[in-house]
Amino acid sequence: MSNKIRLATVWLDGCSGCHMSFLDMDERLLELADKIELVSSPIMDAKDVPPNIDLTLIEGAVSSEEDLHKALAFRKNSKLVMAFGDCAVTGNVPSMRNMFDVDEVYNRAYVETADTQKQVPRSVVPALLARARPVHEVIHVDVHLPGCPPNADIIFYVLSELIAGRMPDPMKIGKFG
Amino acid sequence: MTPEELRELAEKRRAQLKQPRCRLNVCLAAGCQSCAGDSVFKAIKQQIEARKLDGVQVRGVGCLGLCAEGPLVLVEPSGLLYQRVKPEDAGELLDALEGAPLKRLECPTDVPFFRAQKKIVLENAGVIDPENLEDYLAAKGYEGLIRALTDMTPADVIAEVTTSGLRGRGGGGYPTGLKWSTVAKSKGAKKYVICNGDEGDPGAFMDRAVLESDPHRVIEGMIIAAYAVGAQHGYAYIRAEYPLAVKRMQNAIKQAQKAGLLGDGILGTSFSFNMEVRLGAGAFVCGEETALIASIEGKRGQPRPRPPFPAESGLWGYPTLINNVETFANIPPILRHGGAWYAAIGTEKSKGTKVFALAGRVKNTGLIEVPMGITLREIIFDIGGGIPDGKKFKAVQTGGPSGGCIPEQYLDMPVDYDSLARVGSIMGSGGMIVMDETSCMVDVAKFFMDFCKAESCGKCVPCRAGTDQMHGILTKICNGEATLDDLALLERLCDVVKNTSLCGLGQTAPNPVLSTLKYFRDEYLAHIVDKRCPAGVCKIKAPAEVHA
Amino acid sequence: MSESILTLSIDGKDVSAVAGQTILEVARENGIAIPTLCYLQGLTPVGACRMCLVEVKGVPKLLPACVTRAAEGMEVTTQTPRLQEYRRTIVELLFAERNHVCAVCVSNNHCELQDLARRVGMNHVRVPYRYPRLGVDATHPRFAVDHNRCVLCGRCVRVCDEIEGAHTWDFMGRGIECRVITDMNQPWGSSETCTSCGKCVHVCPTGTLTEKGRAAAEMKKRLQFLPYLTLMREARP
Repeated sequence: MSNKIRLATVWLDGCSGCHMSFLDMDERLLELADKIELVSSPIMDAKDVPPNIDLTLIEGAVSSEEDLHKALAFRKNSKLVMAFGDCAVTGNVPSMRNMFDVDEVYNRAYVETADTQKQVPRSVVPALLARARPVHEVIHVDVHLPGCPPNADIIFYVLSELIAGRMPDPMKIGKFG
Repeated sequence: MTPEELRELAEKRRAQLKQPRCRLNVCLAAGCQSCAGDSVFKAIKQQIEARKLDGVQVRGVGCLGLCAEGPLVLVEPSGLLYQRVKPEDAGELLDALEGAPLKRLECPTDVPFFRAQKKIVLENAGVIDPENLEDYLAAKGYEGLIRALTDMTPADVIAEVTTSGLRGRGGGGYPTGLKWSTVAKSKGAKKYVICNGDEGDPGAFMDRAVLESDPHRVIEGMIIAAYAVGAQHGYAYIRAEYPLAVKRMQNAIKQAQKAGLLGDGILGTSFSFNMEVRLGAGAFVCGEETALIASIEGKRGQPRPRPPFPAESGLWGYPTLINNVETFANIPPILRHGGAWYAAIGTEKSKGTKVFALAGRVKNTGLIEVPMGITLREIIFDIGGGIPDGKKFKAVQTGGPSGGCIPEQYLDMPVDYDSLARVGSIMGSGGMIVMDETSCMVDVAKFFMDFCKAESCGKCVPCRAGTDQMHGILTKICNGEATLDDLALLERLCDVVKNTSLCGLGQTAPNPVLSTLKYFRDEYLAHIVDKRCPAGVCKIKAPAEVHA
Repeated sequence: MSESILTLSIDGKDVSAVAGQTILEVARENGIAIPTLCYLQGLTPVGACRMCLVEVKGVPKLLPACVTRAAEGMEVTTQTPRLQEYRRTIVELLFAERNHVCAVCVSNNHCELQDLARRVGMNHVRVPYRYPRLGVDATHPRFAVDHNRCVLCGRCVRVCDEIEGAHTWDFMGRGIECRVITDMNQPWGSSETCTSCGKCVHVCPTGTLTEKGRAAAEMKKRLQFLPYLTLMREARP
């Protein structure tokens, strides 16, 4: 157990497509499982940010206070952080709200387009930040893996390289969008 | 009109000008007009008429220089200068013509502001009536043209200008003689001469003053240039924000045409040249020669890559000579006195004089003309009278948004093209803004970046998007919201924008940032690290919760 | 000899050129790739995007390959760490300038800006995004313009003016506020000069100008017409 790479995956403001693409690695996941220990992920039920993470994959833009809190906490406990997919790298679709004020966004979502209970929630739902931001604008990011989503092959390539102790260059095979 | 007739006219006018016992020259340039100089002029005129004063004349003239103390009135022949004259002072002023000077309004002229200057370009400013051709003739106007057209070949004229060592006064400092010979050698069915009067640097008003005070001098310079390079048509491109300059130039062109100084067979020779005024619509970038040409052609004022240079392919594809107002204004005296005379003034590589618009935190703001090689200290502390209110000098900004801020340690450096470039600034067109300890250098850099961002034409990416990004970072620094990473990004963007922009606007836009970073980095760090503005200019909010 | 032949070197490779050819033309003939964005064969080069800047020995400034003529003995370098860094920054400035969201763009996978990002190794944008509020004009019956994707390369302006001769497109505004407009900044659909030829759509490097009703995979730009039309024009007496 101890020499396995401690991996965390985090899901911020995104569609979870990057996580789906991760699962698309299919049988290669078994290969990775020999080398990786998944310590935290939206597909498992970890309540706290585990310590001593080797690599954290962050999917999604930093949109809400909760996202910000998570990004900071995982950064603190991780050796390497990877912006995983376009939302994390560029802000992508979540950032399309940035050309509007937060109040306009709330109003559109909870009042204008709501059928009943037209009111903006002030509790329970994490408050939106003024702007949805790419992860590197909030914390230091070591690896950027663009793609919407990055396909399974490139995820496998990048992880394999990192496991082997090399710094991959995803732009050699990857792309935005 | 032949040269003889012209000289006769000049002689007649000179005699006429000697006639009145007394003459009051009221400054009607933009500076004094803005503080009601024209009302002073009217009041004096009324009083003279009401009192039926014989032999006393009043004239509106161009810039008298000491704009800070306007409206100014110069009395001839006594040479008394009156400052801050109000219309109601007219009576007292006329009373004082006979007796003792009016102490209350007297402006001492035996002071460095006047003594340390050397006037070549501005020799007629404040002395002649800019709306009167005969006044210009009486002041030896068009003598240079007569010499060029009657005694010299075009090659001789170029040789004379080359000997003078004159360099472009618009900012670049390109040798004028070399530029002229290039255009002269270029082949084209037509050639054009353009006078660049699109002065747009914040705080600069040199060209404006020349155009307003002595328009014929510029026209004469252009005709001589046209003769030298073989051009048939000229344009004076003047920004529309200078309505008085435009009016006086248009008026002067009409007078010159009427006198046969413009048009076919000038001065009875076979040389023909005509010109007209074109108005700029206020884009700073149109001071860039290729953008200016596009603007005259009726296109969007955007620069294009050079080569080809306008000397080879300029206006409508024809060889075109473009010089700045002040450059042309230097030509008549060079032709009158010879290139060697001019070359004896100034330094080895920067000849002649330079007009500066002295502004900012200095006592004597105004328009000055000084020999090249004078030190900044002489300009600011002798001519400028130093910093008001007992404050401490901090920096002087030369060259406008393309220039840099020069700190105290270089005050004794001679003012010439190369020395200024060495310390990270430029001569530029002559804007000189003095700053004291109440100025925040980051705020100054932000101001100039805001200017460049707004004036970028939007054609090339680094200038369009880069200046906006740099302005954003400078704003963040001023607001106390920036990190050291932002500062590193700012420096990286300076490098990119400087080296990849298409024209001079973008290539020099980072200069105010680079020079303030070089000499006042501690002020940047104070904003970023300590979250305070040393000069107390930037309003930095108390550090709230700062994350990451 | 009516045309003089020059020799020069590009990236250490000795190449020949006809006098008047640009560095870019010579480089492309010799299989040396210099990235471009505003350049398009068949349109007047404008040197606006600054992607094709190259180093020439003995010249202190960087020169745009698209408008710089080859000269005898010139030594050109097209790929240095400095040039690569500048190119990447310029692409980043473009991505940050407007709202380029590849994932939901109709030109996704057929976009020259997207290709450039990959080519210059842009794995993320290091300058802050601006998020300007820009509009989409879909008033034209067949085409649409989405200003969020525009890089102001001016290809539409040039093709409309130089090839179609309609001059429907032009620029408005200065600096960061610069926009492409149709006629006197009126809705495209109300333009009286537009011939609906669609050339602008097909020279547009990004998803700014598109044909309506096309899905992302279908919105491929067809540039082949341009060199052909230019050639035919030149051949005409």
